[in-house]
This record gives sequence, structure tokens and C-alpha cells, in this order.
Amino acid sequence: MNFPAELKYSQSHEWIREEDGVTVIGISDFAQDALGDVVFINLPQEGDECTAGEAFGDVESVKAVSDLVSPVTGTVCAVNEDLLDAPEMLNQDPYGAWIIKVENVTGTEELLDATAYEAFCATEG
Amino acid sequence: MSYVPSTGEQRQEMLRAIGMQDFRDLYRDVPREMYLDRPLDIPEGMSELEVSRAVSAMAARNTVFPTVLRGAGAYDHYTPSIVKTVPNKEEFLTAYTPYQAEMSQGVLQSIFEYQTMICELTGMDVSNASMYDGAEAAAEAAAMCRDRKRRVTLVSAAAHPDTINTIRTYCFGTGDEMRVVPMKDGKTDMEALREMLTADVASFYVQQPNFFGQLEDADAIGALVHAAGAMYVMGCNPIALGIMKTPFDCGADVAVGEGQPLGMPIAFGGPYLGYMATTTKHMRKLPGRIVGETVDHDGNRAYVLSLQAREQHIRREKASSNICSNQALCALTASVYMAAMGPDGIAEVARQSMAKAHYLCRGLTAIDGVDLVYTGEFFHEFVTTLPRTDEVLSALEKAGILGGLPIEGGVLWCATEKATKAEMDRAIAIVKEVLAK
Amino acid sequence: MKLIFEKSVPGRHCDLLPKCDVEAVALPESFRRQTPPALPEMSEVDLSRHYTELNQHVHGVNCGFYPLGSCTMKYNPRIDEEMAALPGFTGVHPLAPAYSVAGCREVLDTAKKYLCEITGMTGMTFQPAAGAHGEFTGVLLIKQYHHSRGDMGRTKIIVPDSAHGTNPATAAMCGFQVVNIPSAPDGCVDLEALKAVLGPDTAGLMLTNPNTVGIFDENILEITRLVHEAGGLCYYDGANLNAVMGVVRPGDMGFDCIHMNLHKTFATPHGGGGPGACAVGCKDFLEQFLPHSALMDEPGHLQVKSFAGNFLVVVRALTYLMTLGREGVPEAAQNAVLNANYLMRKIQGTFDLAFDRTCMHEFVLDLSEYKKETGVSALDVAKSLIDYGMHPPTMYFPLIVHEALMLEPTETESKETLDWAAEVFRKMYELGRKDPEYMHNAPHNAQIGRPDEVLAARHPVVRWQKA
Repeated sequence: MNFPAELKYSQSHEWIREEDGVTVIGISDFAQDALGDVVFINLPQEGDECTAGEAFGDVESVKAVSDLVSPVTGTVCAVNEDLLDAPEMLNQDPYGAWIIKVENVTGTEELLDATAYEAFCATEG
Repeated sequence: MSYVPSTGEQRQEMLRAIGMQDFRDLYRDVPREMYLDRPLDIPEGMSELEVSRAVSAMAARNTVFPTVLRGAGAYDHYTPSIVKTVPNKEEFLTAYTPYQAEMSQGVLQSIFEYQTMICELTGMDVSNASMYDGAEAAAEAAAMCRDRKRRVTLVSAAAHPDTINTIRTYCFGTGDEMRVVPMKDGKTDMEALREMLTADVASFYVQQPNFFGQLEDADAIGALVHAAGAMYVMGCNPIALGIMKTPFDCGADVAVGEGQPLGMPIAFGGPYLGYMATTTKHMRKLPGRIVGETVDHDGNRAYVLSLQAREQHIRREKASSNICSNQALCALTASVYMAAMGPDGIAEVARQSMAKAHYLCRGLTAIDGVDLVYTGEFFHEFVTTLPRTDEVLSALEKAGILGGLPIEGGVLWCATEKATKAEMDRAIAIVKEVLAK
Repeated sequence: MKLIFEKSVPGRHCDLLPKCDVEAVALPESFRRQTPPALPEMSEVDLSRHYTELNQHVHGVNCGFYPLGSCTMKYNPRIDEEMAALPGFTGVHPLAPAYSVAGCREVLDTAKKYLCEITGMTGMTFQPAAGAHGEFTGVLLIKQYHHSRGDMGRTKIIVPDSAHGTNPATAAMCGFQVVNIPSAPDGCVDLEALKAVLGPDTAGLMLTNPNTVGIFDENILEITRLVHEAGGLCYYDGANLNAVMGVVRPGDMGFDCIHMNLHKTFATPHGGGGPGACAVGCKDFLEQFLPHSALMDEPGHLQVKSFAGNFLVVVRALTYLMTLGREGVPEAAQNAVLNANYLMRKIQGTFDLAFDRTCMHEFVLDLSEYKKETGVSALDVAKSLIDYGMHPPTMYFPLIVHEALMLEPTETESKETLDWAAEVFRKMYELGRKDPEYMHNAPHNAQIGRPDEVLAARHPVVRWQKA
């Protein structure tokens, strides 16, 4: 299991990265492994507001659906629509397959660094 | 008589095997005060012969009219013999929903074929495995179109009253608003529609042909609806689609309709079939079962219930619909009907229904006092004035003819390919005779 | 198997219609379709063989044992089909004048009378087409009741976590917030958990009894009393009515409204996923809220589909009810419960029982320990049963039991069938210990092996396209 040190993580298993003033969000390696084969993703639209601790979309596997929980409050400024055609990228490259980018961030959940998150996952496993 | 095969002796043996004295022991968790210690107040059971007589006697208390000139949502088309026999095969009849793909390929493939035929008929990209009926499909389509910002559903006043009322009921459920767009000359009032298409409108539903048989200007409506950023739901008669412009070509986002004309008997209102199809863009919002093609582990073509993460058993309270069972056997009936008719046959049924309705209309409106109420183009239904309606209809019924349906402002007539020239001539003559008195 | 479209031959057709005997009328150009629909072009013999081939790859109740828990796959008597096909029923227009539909009304009235007696209700509608549709109708009765009293603050419906997914989905469709409560370890309602969530915002409770693990909740009177005291109503999900019909009545348990799946308890066929029919019954104070057709009856009521519902399914159910009658109804229930208990005890000693106690009409096996030991899952066992010509039980439901297999034999299986089924389960149990790999790859003798569901969902192909 991979926990890149340069990222921050939420307890609902999203990762975030700051990039040119916007917050990039995806799901962790632990999350994709727990979900199994991701078959579809429901994405928000550019311009939608997202709220820290609330769902901004969901991911489907064959027999389950899980909310994607936003670690930040802000405005969605980009959506990775490639995932609509190739949801398997979330399984194959969870840290490359970003999901949304958020700007005008006004609030952020308490986040974990890689070490703390890895320890947290160990308790969840 | 309860269809229990084990003999009395075997039942005792089984009770002993599980350490019980009698049946009462099996219900030891049922509190004494609610245990029903009296026989049910219903008649004693009957032999098959007696039941057959009793139920047949009920059927005999109905009057079946040899000639039906009434539609209004239930259409008396000819049902080919093969269409009756196939769904009566015991495996198709008694199987459950095909959860276990390995032992249900026959059902799954038949649904996949049905989905394809509905796509062909409507021009849409994706069909589900069926809904309960046309009215419920329309209500679910309206629900499918709502999002966080757009919650209001518009419905044409010229749609079937049961459809309007069903949509209203589903809106009442979720606490959303339905607004009825008034009609003008028997069709959707375009000016009123334009004004009512506000920014909170999620979708507009129009029926084609509408409840009064009139052909709506479906393209122009679609353009209006889309210009306002709303979704366009069309409820189309599937027989009419044999010759009529598809909902896809009219710009519909969702096509629904009452599938009964595709081989189901009128049967006092059911079971019928709701069909529902949409574009690829909205596929994942479609409610209900969808069968998809895949391969098994040896690479053989196989069919499965697919895209299940949309459904209630996975999404629970977040599912947009609670539907699970649909009308699979009716969908099978419709498939056999469409395959038996083929593209030419279904067009011929449509052409003949239209020709006969126009013949009937000409004959009736030639009578003094009988006039067309709505003068637009129509398919196989039309509304006329009819003086002394009760008297006329009663005279027709005595001659074995179920005349048109009395509605506000006139009588709604229908003819299908089953109506012969001779039957219609007789009907016209009776109307003339009564009104001449 | 080839698809019907792959068997189509241009120009082939069935001769079905006479020539048109009146003048043709042209549809104006602007309304015409551009290209004809690419429907199959078949002769009647092609059609007959195609559907026979498909039918041969379907497992019906007539083929063999079908212990699909919570679905009540009992035998569907043929006489019911014959009665539903009577032209005196099939040829009746729903909007025909009242005098001409007296027989149809008699069917509905008689079925209503019998079913009200069986359930302890006074009012009933047959408009809903399926169980979920009936739930929607029933919960709307609750909503209308509260609204009619101006009691608008009742926004929550309580649903146990063991409930079928339709319960929470239904409550949401009716605009209620769903409050899930955990079940007690025996799968019954946890009274303390219930009390904790009851309040002035409670609209009602949705409950199945016997519950989804096949146990009769002995606290039922206390449960319904608590909900009523809080001002809520009690909704009975009749999915499991087959266990108790003629023995105990939901009305006597304190329920205010109920739905019954005629296609489960009353032996009408499932048709590969419908048409079913659902009767929704209620106590007298809710009758005014029952749905009606705006066109067939009168406007001003709620309505969940056209006309009077799936009428021919009601004909089948009534035929069945008249056959069973006063003695047959409880006899069916008792034997359904006997068969379940007998099979459960025969299987005991192999796979673990989720609850080792007298069950109602169904019981749940818990394969989590077995899976830990052998690697063989509930899915593997289910798929292996297919090779024996047995339809697998319901898998992975209820959600509160992991690796669950839920078996409902119904009363229409003989002792011989149950003995055989128990033997098959014993073989499965041993096979999994000896050759788990074989079971991971089951079925081996079915028409197809396990399908790739991930592929189907990731890259949906949901219609045939010409190559």
C-alpha cells in the first residue's frame, strides 16, 4: 500500500494536494483497494460549491456505492471527466487520477500526514 | 387444498424430526393474545373443478363487446397467436428476477433484445427492462430529471388524466411541485408553455398523440423546453411510432409510454407495460433494471443485470427510485409482438389504425349534430360532440359495440386495425338512427 | 445463443393482418419517421424456435427447487393461469360502463374481502404493481394522514437496519428522512434503540414480521404501542406474510397499513421479474387516503399507476385463495414454516446457522467462519448449487449477517425434495473443504461460467448494434 509523503489525507480516505493555489482532491490507495473494481464515478459540475465533510459525488463498484467526501469548502473549478470513460484509473493510479480541483477554499477539515494516515488505515483494516 | 405435497404422515414425521408435537409449537414466538384461535371468516376451500366454475361465472358476469371503439389509454389491437403462447411457457412464467445469470441467460437475453427493440422504436440509446405502466414511467421520468436546482415538473393538460395524476402523486411524495400547462384547441398551449418554463423547471412532459388523439408539434415543444434549459420527456404510443417521428428525432431526453398496445390485452387495466428509454448521457440516472452484455470467464458472450449501483438494494435511501420487480413478462410479450410484426407489420398496424379512425370520423361527423371538437391532425383517436350521448352509447352497446368514451366537451372515439369497415358502418348507422329519432 | 436480430432475414415476416378495407390516410410529412425501426424480420417458426431456445435456458419453479429467501418461490398453479386467460376478463375495457364490468368488480371485491380478513384490515387497493410500489402507496397513506391533521412536523420514518433496501428507498421517495435503527443480536427490533429515536418528528415505522432473518418478533405489540404513543403509524411490509397467514394477523399486531405481494404469498407467477401485483390494506381511518384512478374512478385522490392495477394478477390470486379457503390458508403457512425448520435442522451440523432457534418460513446460514477456514464464500456455494440444478438461495442478505445465504423452501416442496436439498448442502460443505478451487470456479455445468460484471458496468453494452 502506497502513502505518498507529499500529500495530506482525510479520515474518509481522500487525499489532497495544493497546486498553483487550487486544492486537488482524489482517493487514496487504501480507498481504491477497499472499494474493489471501480466501475463508475458521479462527479459534480464546475462551479458547484463543496463543503468540508459533505459528499461531492460518489464512486460505484459492482455491488456498492460510496460517497466522495470533500475535505475542503470551496468552489469546484475543474473536474476530471476522463474518469467517466475510464473509472479503472482510480484503481490503477489513485494518486495520478485526481477527481476535482477546488478554488476559493474557505475551510479545511483536519487532515493527516502520510504517517498518521497510514497508522489510521491500519486501525480501519 | 393448499398445494402441499407432503402427506399427513410425512408432516408428522418431519415435526417429530425437529422435536415438535404439533404445528402450534412452530409458532411459540407468537404471543398467545394475538394467535388467531378461530377459523378465518372466508369460505371453505374448493376443488379445482369448483373453482373453475366459480371464477368462470364471475367472468361471465362481464360483457365483452365484440367491437371496441374506445381507447383512452387501453387499446384493443389484434394479438397474434404466437404472442399469447410464448409468455405462457412455464419457465418464462415462473422464474424470478434473473439474479443468477448462469441459470437465467434466457430471461436476460430476452430483456436485452427487448431493450434493443425499444431503442429501435424510439430512436433512443438506452432502454431499461421496463416499468409498471405508462403513467408510472412518466412519473419516474419526471423524478429522474430533477436535480438540486431544478425541482418543478411541467405536464401538458392534454396528457392522459391518469398520467397527470400519477406524476402529481410522485411529486407529492418528494414534496416537489407539478404545474399543468394548459391546452389550446386540444393541444399544448405553446405560449403558456413558453411562459411557464422558468429557471426552476426540471422537465416538461408531453404525450404524443395526446389524450384527445391530437398530434402535438413535438419538435417545436422540444426546442422551447431545451432553450429554457429543462429536460424533455415524451410519452409516445408505441404503435404510432411504427410510422411517426421518433422521440429522439423530436429532441426528447427521455422517452416513456404505455406498452399495452404491443400485444397485451385490455384486461380491465392490467397488467400493462411501461417502457422507458433515454440518451447515453442520462443512462446512469435511468431507474429500474438494465441488462448488459459482457463475457464469462471463458470469453463467451453473456448477459447480466448491470449498472446495479443505481438501485435501491445498494443505494437504499439515496436511490432515486425504489423499483425492483418490473413487468418482465409483459416486456417479453411486447418483444414477441414486435418481432412477429416486424418493421413492416408495426407500420401497417399504425397505418390501418389511422385509416380506420379517419374513416369512422368521416362517417360520424357527416351526421347532423356530430362535429369534430378538435380539428388538428390526429392518429387513431378523435373527439366529437354527441347529442344524447347516453342514449346513443347504450344503443351501440346493445348492438355489441363499445362506443367512444364520454369526456368533458364530447366523446373520445378510437379505432384500431381490428375495426372492420362493416362494423364501423353499422356503428355510424346506429348513431344516425338514434339521433334521427 | 444467437440474438433474435442475428436470426433476422430481410423480407421475412408473419402473415397476420388483412388488407386495409378503408381508404388510406397519409401522415403529414413533418410527423413521419425517417427510417423504419430495425425490428427483427422473422417467420413464425423462427420465432417459435428462438423463444423455445431462450426458455430452455431459464430456471423456473417448474424446473426444480428454488429456495430464494424472501421471494416465496412457491408453485404457481396452472388453473390460476387458465382463469386469468378467460376472454371474459381479458376482453374487458377498463373504462367500459359499470354494468358491463360487474364480474371484474366482483373479483376485486371478493379478493379484498378475503385479504382484509386474513390481514385484519378494512380498506384495500389493488392499484400498485409490485411490492416496492405498494410500499410507496402505504407510506403515502401515512404522509396524507399526518398532513390531514396539520401535523407537518412528522418528517422521519424509522427502518431497522435489517430491512430490505426498498424500505429506506420508499421512505425517501415519500419525502421522509430515514432513521435506521440497529437490530438486536437476534435480528429483532432493539426496543431501547427504538425508544431513543421516537419523538414528535416520528411519522412511522416500517417493519417486516417475521423479520428478514425469519424470526417472529415477540415484542411486536410493545413495538407498535410505542410507535403509536409517539404519534406515529406502523407500516407492515408483507414480504413475509406467507409464514403467518391464517395464524396471526398484522392488524392484530397493531399495524395500521400493510402491503402484500400477491406474487409471493398468493402464488401468482413472478414472470422473470413481474408483473406482480400488490394489495395495500389499511385500517378504517386511512381508507379515505387510498389511491384511485382519476379517469376510471374520480379525480381528487392520489394515484400510483393507471386504472385499477394489474387486474389479471388479482384474478390469479383470487383463484388461489378460493382453492385454499378457510383451512388451506393456515395450512399453507404452517407447512411453509415446517419445511423451513425441517430443512434448517437437516442442514445444521454443516454450515453455521445465523440464529439457532425455531425459524418462521425462512432461515439464514452464516458462512463467515466457513470462509475463514476454507476460503469458500457464500457466493462460491451459491454458484456450486447451480451445478446441481438448484436455484441458489438469496445471497448476502440481510446485510446484518456477513456471508449470508437465506433459504425459503415454501410449503410446496415435498419431504423428498428437502431431504435431497439437505444432502446437496452437505456435499457442498465437504467439497469446499476438499477442493475450494473447484468451488471458486463454479458453476461448471451451466450455460455460462461466471460473468464479468465489472466489464459490464465499466463499459456498458445495453443494446445490440449491427456489426
